[in-house]
Amino acid sequence: MNYEDLLHELATNDKRYIIITAENRAAIRTLPPKIEGQFLDTGITEQTMIGLSAGLALRGRIPIVHALATFLTMRAFEFIRTDVGLGNLPVKIVGAVPGFLSDANGPTHQAIEDISLMRGIPNMKIFCPADEDDMLKGLPKVFADESPFYIRYNNQKPLVEHEDFEIGKAEIFGDGKDIAIITYGFLFNQAYQAKDMLENSGHQVRLINLRTPKPIDEAAVLNTVKECKLVVTLEDHFITGGLFSILSELLLKNKLTADVLPIALMDKWFKPALLNDVLEYEGFTAKQIAEKIAEKIKVL
Amino acid sequence: MTNDEVKILQSQALRVREHIIRMSGNGGCFIGASLSCADLTVYLYNKFLNTTKENLQDPNRDYLFLSKGHDVPALYGTFVELGWLEKERLKNHLKTNDHIYWHPNRNIPGIEFHSGSLGHLLSVSLGVAIDCKLQKQNNKVVTIVGDGELNEGSNWEALLVANAHKVDNLCIVVDRNAFQANIQTEDLIPLEPLEKKFEAFGCSVKRINGHDFKEMDKVFSAFPFEKNKVSVVIADTVRGKGLPSIEKRADRWFVNFKDEEVEALLKELHGVAKAELTSETLTVR
Repeated sequence: MNYEDLLHELATNDKRYIIITAENRAAIRTLPPKIEGQFLDTGITEQTMIGLSAGLALRGRIPIVHALATFLTMRAFEFIRTDVGLGNLPVKIVGAVPGFLSDANGPTHQAIEDISLMRGIPNMKIFCPADEDDMLKGLPKVFADESPFYIRYNNQKPLVEHEDFEIGKAEIFGDGKDIAIITYGFLFNQAYQAKDMLENSGHQVRLINLRTPKPIDEAAVLNTVKECKLVVTLEDHFITGGLFSILSELLLKNKLTADVLPIALMDKWFKPALLNDVLEYEGFTAKQIAEKIAEKIKVL
Repeated sequence: MTNDEVKILQSQALRVREHIIRMSGNGGCFIGASLSCADLTVYLYNKFLNTTKENLQDPNRDYLFLSKGHDVPALYGTFVELGWLEKERLKNHLKTNDHIYWHPNRNIPGIEFHSGSLGHLLSVSLGVAIDCKLQKQNNKVVTIVGDGELNEGSNWEALLVANAHKVDNLCIVVDRNAFQANIQTEDLIPLEPLEKKFEAFGCSVKRINGHDFKEMDKVFSAFPFEKNKVSVVIADTVRGKGLPSIEKRADRWFVNFKDEEVEALLKELHGVAKAELTSETLTVR
């Protein structure tokens, strides 16, 4: 089962689903002829695609829309905010190549403020799967949910088999009390390996796969903060508005503070290159992450 | 359409204009654009759309989307006349105890979708029209856009998509009152020749006097104008129609009139005497 198979199955069993793309067929290449009457290609028109999806949702349909994450969340931002968000319509917005996944495309294609933008919209929920397995486990519930949803599409090969998915519930690996790494999406695999490395050098680590940064699993995050010496926020997103901001807001709301190491893009776009080279250059490989964390915990 | 039918529509439109004028005090409204659109909303709901108070949730109903949301007083007034909205509720205009404000929202029965940000509802209504076709229903979908609104590129993008998908159950009505917010369209971003622009985007276009019910009836009866094409009606209208003291006046875009001015305008509407107006236009956009 892959993403396309999942959509095929869902659309076949529930005629409310309508699969739409603004001429980005990368993830749904073989799908159109299989779901005739439930597929639309609007051409390179993110605004129109979002607007017409709101119209389809008004008619009781569940549109699942596809385009590159940057163009969707930014070109069509006001349509998402005003038509989908304000309308509280169940449009499912699937952003392709978010974060580092745009690898060599360059800053025009780097969706590294998408979480910040989407979470600011009332009613909007966000799902950032760690890998293909996480994505396929989460999407049936995300698509069936009555809210608008932004999905950071990520079909990287899984390193682990994920547990069952619930919206607003984080997945927690380990119960270490020295270091907690909180992350979402594509960097999960690096974090998972960094956890191993840190444990091999004697640290107790827990890893939190947030899954849905909005609604966030407040209990899981607050417990972690209370129990762990160092909290690391790891994300392929600008430092502003993403996980570090979410954590900061949550702590202040609860009159808490913590030793936090944010690993994010510090007010800069990343160097365009092939994915592994991007990670290396920007310091986001598992090894580099583990090193940064080890260094930080040393001085605590 | 018989002369008697025309008279009935005219008298309803006159009452809609009274409602609009009353909403132009106590905080005010976008009176000019509301008055230019009033005959169109009266005609469409009475003669063209199958929409009734009873079928407002029925998926087989016809749809009307008001993309130029600032003229929503014309819709509120029309809904009162149709019996969808209690007349008393118009007194709640701009009050926190109701949902009747400067732009439309779905809390008011009959409003299909909120608007206010220009250039949105053509794509939203396109989605509705596409679904009606996919479900093999014969609903008509009408979207009223402003002429100034056509500055927004999203309209033209949506038109490309609509005609590519042969959405011929969609009818776009342009309230061509020849004004942007503060200035005449042709003096800022010229739109003419507007028929040719729509035709170049694949639409079938007709142009009418947007205050002449017989002309409206003739043209809308011919909908859809051509198979596989979006129909466009360019309705030439007069901003502020019905009130000579504000007609075609760039400075009567949004006004908050004093009580005595509202009364004077109601008299002017009925041809008693021209109103003396001292309130200044407010610029909100």
